[in-house]
Amino acid sequence: MAHAESAAESADVAVERFQADRAIAERLRHRRTMVFGALFVLALAASIQVGEVRPDRFVEGIGGLFDYIDRTLPKATGGGLVADAREWYWGLGRWLLMLFDTVVIAFLATTLGAAAGFVLCFPASRNLMRGAAAVFVSRRLLEIARAVPELVYALIFVFAFGIGPLAGVLAIAIHTAGSLGKLFSEVNENADIRPIEGVRAVGGNWFQAMRYGVVPQVLPNFVSYALLRFEINVRSAAIIGFVGAGGIGQELYLVIRQFIYADISALVILIVLTVSAIDLVCERLRHGLIGRESLA
Amino acid sequence: MTDFAASRPLADPRAAYPEVFASPPLQRLRTPAAVAAFAAALGFALWWTGFFDLARIVQGVSKLGWLLQFMFPPAHNGWLGEFAWGLAETLAMAFLGTLLAAVVALPVGFLAAKNVMPNWLLHFGLRRTLDGIRGIDTLIWALIFVNVVGLGPFAGILAIAVGDVGVLSKLFAEAIENVDRRQVEGVRATGAGRVQTMRFGMLPQVLPVMLSNTLYFFESNTRSATILGVVGAGGIGQQLSDRIRVNNWDEVMFIVLMILATVYAIDLVSRNLRVRIIGRQDYRA
Repeated sequence: MAHAESAAESADVAVERFQADRAIAERLRHRRTMVFGALFVLALAASIQVGEVRPDRFVEGIGGLFDYIDRTLPKATGGGLVADAREWYWGLGRWLLMLFDTVVIAFLATTLGAAAGFVLCFPASRNLMRGAAAVFVSRRLLEIARAVPELVYALIFVFAFGIGPLAGVLAIAIHTAGSLGKLFSEVNENADIRPIEGVRAVGGNWFQAMRYGVVPQVLPNFVSYALLRFEINVRSAAIIGFVGAGGIGQELYLVIRQFIYADISALVILIVLTVSAIDLVCERLRHGLIGRESLA
Repeated sequence: MTDFAASRPLADPRAAYPEVFASPPLQRLRTPAAVAAFAAALGFALWWTGFFDLARIVQGVSKLGWLLQFMFPPAHNGWLGEFAWGLAETLAMAFLGTLLAAVVALPVGFLAAKNVMPNWLLHFGLRRTLDGIRGIDTLIWALIFVNVVGLGPFAGILAIAVGDVGVLSKLFAEAIENVDRRQVEGVRATGAGRVQTMRFGMLPQVLPVMLSNTLYFFESNTRSATILGVVGAGGIGQQLSDRIRVNNWDEVMFIVLMILATVYAIDLVSRNLRVRIIGRQDYRA
């Protein structure tokens, strides 16, 4: 009897303790929610103040956008579909040449950037490099290259090299080197160490260990990342012309600034079509590469 | 099976099955042909974009060296207040733009999810519209909104919001399509209506993913908001392009360093919040 009583008592104590703990936990959670909520409201109020947001401007902005889009759409002149389309895309030949420029910029920037990233990714991988100094230096180099926005590099290079695609290629290439170098070194750090040890064991030096021990395992992944970057770079190359660094962005900037409405929609549609076409091709290539790799 | 090789010894397999050992000439040519094509394309691209114009390259590089000399030491020359205000504008643009995009993307994401909206025509139409919005870069939207609402950070906010609605809606819709059906059915079994099913069956499952995605976009929008000012849409980019235009390179370097510090701090805070919301996870976007 005494046994059962003390058991019930201890159960009561346990329940009481549990409820006390839960009350504390709930209060903590409640307080945390309040703190985050207050921070959020504060940030919201400050942002609305700094961002010059007023409700009437929203109405103006959204209404204005639809009005703007409506104005860019081509008008039927009654001359038939073909005549209207020809009128709309009156500069097609010139624009296609600019699109070609854009793709060339993206291709060259991706290739040069991937090459630089390839050179830097081996010293930046902790498992492949003995010296901490080399790892530190190459990692900081890659960080600087990818932390600064492409458009900022483009502004500087346009000043140094003059207006034209050269500045755009260099700007995108530097940014690409930074981001691809980082991704490459992450691939390296997941590489199998045994082939490297094998090459070392038969007397290979560091470069040979990289060439015959690492590169064969990581190359498909490298190429896949480079293709992904190419897709991104086509988008960048399309807008880098806003600051005079070549490509179709230069023309787009001009027609938007001068309110040539029909040309805006024509150019935007051309850009979206090109970007999606390149995305589609690259996606197929990438799946081919990675698919083949997972079978092995 | 084991004595297969012994029972049929081949005196000279190479002679018996030549086609097995000799790769066809076309296949042997494939690699060198691909390499040659790539090299030719590379050479053409270098020539096309002006890399073989040695005089221009030399002049550009020497000009760059000259710029670097002027960039150090970085200095604000008394403009620190303006720069800080520009950065505050940038952060406000990223914050409000992302928030606006997320608020709009929440209902649109539900509408674009196959398990909420089974009508394939509507689903298809909405998805393609979102793809179209996504295909247009934020900087293009910024330029357009500068025309619509005038210069200033408000144009940047709208540009970020519109540009991100496409991507965020798609991500939200994908998260909703991957919800666990059992909870949804459990809620429906208690007699809940459509909206209640979404609220109590789906939303609790997808909310952490949505929050974490939104935070990630806030990070990336902080980066893009730093350059929107180049086309007049507010933020620090305005100051940056002005300083470049008037050749104040020490101030340019100062602004770049300020941007890097801010982006780094935002990344750190946002990553910590994301880990709190959904636990450690690898993002590669």
